Amino acid sequence: MSTFVADTLNVMNRELKPVWREPMAVVFAMIQPLVFLGLFAPLLPEMADGDSALQWFVPGIVAMTALMGASFTGANLMEEMQSGSHERQLVSPLGRPALLVGRALKEVVPMLMQVAIIVAVVTPFSFDLHLGGVLVAALVLSVFSVGVGALSFALALASKGQDWMFWTVQQTLLFPTLLTAGVLLPVEGAPRWLEVVSNLNPMTYVVDAVRALFAGTFPADVVLRGVLGAGVVAAVGLVVGVRAMRRSS
Amino acid sequence: MTYHRQELTGPAIVTRGLTRHFTSRKQTVEAVSGLDLEIGQGELVAFLGPNGAGKSTTLRMLTTLIAPTSGSASVAGHDVVTAQRDVRRAIGFVGQGNGAGHRQLGRDELVSQGRAHGLSRADARRRAAELVEELDLTAVVDRKVSSLSGGQRRRLDIAMGLVHLPRVLFLDEPSTGLDPQNRANLQELIRRLHAETGSTVVLTTHYLEEADALAGRVIVVDHGRVIADDSAARLKSGLGDLVRLAFGSPGDSARAAARLERIPEARVEVDDTSLDLRVKDGSAMVGDLLADLAADGVPPTRVEVARPTLDDVFLDLTGRSLRETQSTTETTTGTTEIESEVAA
Repeated sequence: MSTFVADTLNVMNRELKPVWREPMAVVFAMIQPLVFLGLFAPLLPEMADGDSALQWFVPGIVAMTALMGASFTGANLMEEMQSGSHERQLVSPLGRPALLVGRALKEVVPMLMQVAIIVAVVTPFSFDLHLGGVLVAALVLSVFSVGVGALSFALALASKGQDWMFWTVQQTLLFPTLLTAGVLLPVEGAPRWLEVVSNLNPMTYVVDAVRALFAGTFPADVVLRGVLGAGVVAAVGLVVGVRAMRRSS
Repeated sequence: MTYHRQELTGPAIVTRGLTRHFTSRKQTVEAVSGLDLEIGQGELVAFLGPNGAGKSTTLRMLTTLIAPTSGSASVAGHDVVTAQRDVRRAIGFVGQGNGAGHRQLGRDELVSQGRAHGLSRADARRRAAELVEELDLTAVVDRKVSSLSGGQRRRLDIAMGLVHLPRVLFLDEPSTGLDPQNRANLQELIRRLHAETGSTVVLTTHYLEEADALAGRVIVVDHGRVIADDSAARLKSGLGDLVRLAFGSPGDSARAAARLERIPEARVEVDDTSLDLRVKDGSAMVGDLLADLAADGVPPTRVEVARPTLDDVFLDLTGRSLRETQSTTETTTGTTEIESEVAA
């Protein structure tokens, strides 16, 4: 067990080295969510209760950033599979589970940096910062990111270094996941089938919880469902990811 | 470098009926078939063979990357299937690609590899510094790996394979993709490391010169089987030297052939006015031979003596030239003559 912890920390620290050295890369990676924020926010109607639309929209963008960043991360492993450094690690005594878990845990760091940037960017505008809620939301999103990251690594391993397969699957899943989670538009009042899909999407609960928390409220049931949604993604991601890593050669 | 490893008794590598199949498009390909090998501690061994001969598959089984379909293998006393972690702890591995991540700094990778092998942070740093010095990486090790040249990356990869003083070091096609200068440097480095550390070194190559110049023992593989296994010198001397003679007319060469065939264990081939004589120690007997032929009234007009090369060995064993089977064309001008100097 202690070997697992040491190995996991080793893998995580190694993965974080480029993040610390080139933090600007983390900013570039979130260009897309920032563009969405800049172009969508002005189009949003006033909320019925007179709240700023940003208050509703920003948490969605935050969740979107977490999903995008973590779902892209398999590309890094893919690059290492092609270059040979993945193979080198497989021959080292590092445990297979640690190779996956260490990588997945690393996803928390760039995600938190991105959340901090978004919050810093929107706070001068009509967005009320509720720090306590944001911090709890960041915790929920951390669990979610670990899960999505693990799934992305599993996809990279399953693609066996074939770029087109990784990107086709990743892109095919990305936007339906975002849209049915109600990130850009509310799903309330949607046709029945869409509502069912939305209810099956664990990210829906993560987004709902993050919205409530960003508004400074702590509805126990919503937050709990968000934690569970993120937890399910993390559990499935880690199980699938570790299995894929064990099969890797 | 300081080397302090536990004494190990028994051979470094043993394989028994080691076999690996691959299935592609419902066809089963036997990449490695029933390999029985024993490699002693401290040996420097080269697996030589054309692309697809099963060299890399063998190495991948010995380094725990893939499991054998049947048979068994142990490395440094540990079974490659049931004791993978022990094998991984004992071996160094330099694969065909780059072990160091392209987005990382060279030194970070060395330290992280040392940590992976259980060194403390301080020890890993000290060991990295030692290797940087040893492999002449001081100028580049604090740069991003992607900015390094091919030769520099290779040295970094080898440094990574050595962090934990491995008992057995595997190198898969270490010089592929390097220019001749870097290839020569790399061979020198491997020879030096082997001499200094006393580690068992196993490498694969499809460069004849490399196997010849480097390895104390050459294992020639083809179609997943070992077809020869001996020192390069003995493999070649078993084949005999090639004495190539030219005569003024086909009649002369035929007469000479009739005479030369009387030499014990000599093989003679005539093609028009030229004659190939393959015979052990041919270079030593060529003086007498010329005198005899002249006395017989068939003096050769041209004489060429070539020591055998590993390619001749491969040709003799398989009927194919190893050079022909290679995708990369190398400069092979005056092959035999040049190699005779190296080999002698």
